[in-house]
Amino acid sequence: MQILKLTCKNLRDKIAAGEIKSINAVSAVFEQIEKNDAKIGAYISTFKEQSFAKAKEVDEKIAAQKPVGALAGVPIAIKDNMCSTFGATTCGSKILQNFHSPYDATAVEKLLAADAVIVGKTNLDEFAMGSSTENSGIKQTVNPLDYSRVPGGSSGGSAAAVAAEMCFAALGSDTGGSIRQPAGFCGIAGLKPTYGRVSRYGLVAYGSSLDQIGPLTKNVEDCALILNVIAGHDEKDSTSIDEKIAPVQDWLATVNTKPQNFKIAVVPELFKGADSEVVAAVKNAIEFYKKNGAEIIEISMPHFDYAIATYYLIATAEASSNLARYDGVHYGHRSKNANDYIEVYSKSRDEGFGPEVKRRIMLGTYALSSGYYDAYYLKALKARNLIRGDFTAAFAKADYIIMPTSPTTAFKIGEKTNDPLQMYLSDIYTIAVNLAGVPAISVPCGNDNNLPIGLQIIAPAFEEAKLLQIARLFEISRP
Amino acid sequence: MDKQKITVERVKTVAKLARLNLNDAEISQFSAQLSDILQYIEKLNQLDTAGIEPLAHCLPVSNCLRDDIIKPSLGTEKTLSNAPDSDGQFFIVPKILDESGNL
Repeated sequence: MQILKLTCKNLRDKIAAGEIKSINAVSAVFEQIEKNDAKIGAYISTFKEQSFAKAKEVDEKIAAQKPVGALAGVPIAIKDNMCSTFGATTCGSKILQNFHSPYDATAVEKLLAADAVIVGKTNLDEFAMGSSTENSGIKQTVNPLDYSRVPGGSSGGSAAAVAAEMCFAALGSDTGGSIRQPAGFCGIAGLKPTYGRVSRYGLVAYGSSLDQIGPLTKNVEDCALILNVIAGHDEKDSTSIDEKIAPVQDWLATVNTKPQNFKIAVVPELFKGADSEVVAAVKNAIEFYKKNGAEIIEISMPHFDYAIATYYLIATAEASSNLARYDGVHYGHRSKNANDYIEVYSKSRDEGFGPEVKRRIMLGTYALSSGYYDAYYLKALKARNLIRGDFTAAFAKADYIIMPTSPTTAFKIGEKTNDPLQMYLSDIYTIAVNLAGVPAISVPCGNDNNLPIGLQIIAPAFEEAKLLQIARLFEISRP
Repeated sequence: MDKQKITVERVKTVAKLARLNLNDAEISQFSAQLSDILQYIEKLNQLDTAGIEPLAHCLPVSNCLRDDIIKPSLGTEKTLSNAPDSDGQFFIVPKILDESGNL
């Protein structure tokens, strides 16, 4: 049996049943990493010794019939913007290249408590700012399906690691599409939970009102399994939702329930900007749902078109404030060329940050600066309310909204690096979802020239159970 | 149309506010690129936002407070463990005031 072909859940079940040893799964993963990652570049760091030790511990517990966690012995990767007390937490930035976190992020702690084996930390666009992982200050990641193309971003390393079978699932973070778009580009499943569903404690902050941790996996069932482990209120993150308002559920227990009597909203005007093959694949998926009992309704989302402009003011404003902490004093890079305390700040930051991070700090600082605040930042917050209103109106009429994850399939490396605005526009379908705070998933729905196409399904806040069910239905029974 | 939305002078001021020691090439590049981006962002002006409340986040919660109980914190050693320069008790930074106590 080919261990690497198993899904996360199947492997979990087989390890728990004593049919496969965790140590064999870990060993298969490291063989795969050693064989392929020099070319793919998914990992910034790996933890071989620690992984084998953890696998051995799990195998012994199982042999002794002791209780184990929900991910016992399963090799999992985490995006390198999540703090861990093992290895460095670089965030894909030179400014944090040697940063060793004194604490674990809550999501990481939960994986460890579930007995997962964290095999490594994956590459990303610096500070999660980008759509191709080309902005990493550490290395280049390529799409495992076509090495001349990007894996998407910013969770490109996580998506590539899952797609290339160098782990069984990975965590990513999604501020404007950074889980869904790379999942789409690499042909896997990627879930952005509702804002507040998963604690952000220990996730290096980019756009705090938008950032959310979620799983990138081989299939939808695995998304449910990982969400079960990482979701829940955390007293260390005041924006993680109170469980009296939105209780944690057993999403794995309900993921295979077939949804009945559901309505799907589609937004015809949004198909205009996408490649024809992408449109065709998404329309096929809509036909599939129609045949499976869905009522399809056409709606308009009049403010959707303003999402990118709104996002690049709000996210950059939040980023410029969040990244003020990189001061060359408390942690991170300090310039050796600083002559006074101002230069400690300005030279450390100039040397440590890459071009896209500087660009976004500049844009955000400008939008918040005196005389421009009302025209840019405040205006964007009002536009955000209108955009959320489009979602509220849509969900008054339908249970789900369906659209492409991205307007194109994975683009060529270097194709958009010289034109930041073109890169931003590639996130047209994913960004509004973060502004509205609702959950969304990307699942593969076809191919164009052997490159995968992502189908994006969006649900109302805290309706992950329904979202996973409809995505699972497509995954198990599509033609 | 005002192509240059943000002048080189303005970029320099913003860089100073953001404590980024940009070189001339970066300043001129950012001036052009930020102008393009701001030009695109201008489309927000087509939106009538009169009477619309600003939305800072989407959660149905506000003012999350916890009980005022002291809990263990990281401690000095861990807190200083990543410091570029420290004496084991404090972060060390260059002198901020001159001999007469001025900034």
